[in-house]
Amino acid sequence: MSSTIIQALNSGFVTSIQIFGITLLFSLPLGLLLAVISRSRWAPFRFLMRGQGEDAPRWRKVLAAFRPVKFIVDVVVWVIRGTPLVLQLLVIYYGPGLIFDQNIWGSGYQGRYIAVLAAFVINYTCYFSVIYRGGIESVPVGQREAGEVLGMTKRQIFFKVTLLQMIKRILPPMSNEIITLVKDTSLARVIAVGEIIKAGENFLRQGIITPLFFTGVYFLVFVGILTLFFGYLERRLNYFK
Amino acid sequence: MALLEVENIEKHFGRTRVLENISFQLDQGQALAIIGSSGSGKTTLLRCLNFLEKPDSGIIRVQGKPLFDANDPATQREAEIRRKRLHFGMVFQSFNLFPQYTALQNVTLAPELLAKEQGSGPDKAAIAEEGRRLLAQMGLADRADHYPHQLSGGQQQRVAIARALAMHPDILCFDEPTSALDPELTGEVLKVIRSLADQNTTMVIVTHEMAFARDVADQVIFMDGGVIVEQGPPEQVICNPKEERTRQFLSRYAR
Repeated sequence: MSSTIIQALNSGFVTSIQIFGITLLFSLPLGLLLAVISRSRWAPFRFLMRGQGEDAPRWRKVLAAFRPVKFIVDVVVWVIRGTPLVLQLLVIYYGPGLIFDQNIWGSGYQGRYIAVLAAFVINYTCYFSVIYRGGIESVPVGQREAGEVLGMTKRQIFFKVTLLQMIKRILPPMSNEIITLVKDTSLARVIAVGEIIKAGENFLRQGIITPLFFTGVYFLVFVGILTLFFGYLERRLNYFK
Repeated sequence: MALLEVENIEKHFGRTRVLENISFQLDQGQALAIIGSSGSGKTTLLRCLNFLEKPDSGIIRVQGKPLFDANDPATQREAEIRRKRLHFGMVFQSFNLFPQYTALQNVTLAPELLAKEQGSGPDKAAIAEEGRRLLAQMGLADRADHYPHQLSGGQQQRVAIARALAMHPDILCFDEPTSALDPELTGEVLKVIRSLADQNTTMVIVTHEMAFARDVADQVIFMDGGVIVEQGPPEQVICNPKEERTRQFLSRYAR
């Protein structure tokens, strides 16, 4: 394989890895934040059930149980998980310009690149938040209570007691999602951000298909490394049950 | 003056009344056993003492100071509740040890965090030494570096007792400490609690072990349907109950 091909694939792959890394950098913490927010128990109409019993009218029960913050997060997560990432990329990049006559992303390649990152971060934050929430809820409530009766603050309980147990439980679904992210980076091309598959495909016009095959090798190797890394993490956390 | 005074505690879950008109006193160095069938409110009462549940009405005093007064919001501030909790220690039915820490770390975690908070900078060596001493007292000197999943249920529960003792509570509460253990392991936990009673630890013990309650407790409360049916010394409540309901309950335990 010629060095021009390798160079082209390498530079495409660097773009893929950048999208991958930056997306994780933002969406891993943001997902946790969203998960915590979605557990908000704020119910402004709870007072409607004060002094009411099981036989209260249905509208009172429904309204009293309404949790607006959780509701908004649920709707956002539903929309983001319920629509294709390709659609989100197109809407996020073209939407502001076509609807508000305002291209907020700036012009040229850099603008498109930032739009890609925005779409990926939003998308993966939502997916991660659901995984985090499952993790938080899977830690038995007795763990929190044990911390409470020992006089720990909520913060201490989260960081010293719950967090590591949660991480242990979410590693398998997280590794799944993160491996999906590696491959999803190839979608950046729909708004002309040249990632590795785009780079390989460009050679088709010259009648060469091998570069395209090689893009697959890049993915396999990278995912292989990730798999080993997650296996290592799981083993590291095997010391407790 | 009694160490612990509980006055007219009442608690509802929704419209279900789980505790009503609960009053009792406990002197320094005494052990109180609370007996009664499942759903009689025993555990909820213990959880109220530890601020895991908030009573709808009533007062809880320790050494004469009101820790909780349903009519006085000043006694219910979140930041202070955390402090007040430390008057009570709690041993759960399901142990609730922290799985990612060794037995010793389970015992020393909270004391270290507390020392750090008080700004003195934790004297880790002293705290660890105290932790080892407590584990040795529980007969677990050689298990200090084991993780909970490497310990039997009885050993885990004894670690949990050491963990509670490490915070030097005025009153140690046990919520059915042996109910999750098979009979073989029950004995070793009861033995430890018995020795704590011999050292005049003030304790509130919710239990289904009647013989144990009779031998160890200075005072027994029998609860049913969220109210105290009968209270008094064990010779009276367990050996010679006045109330028909108490007799019915005890008849299910072969004596």
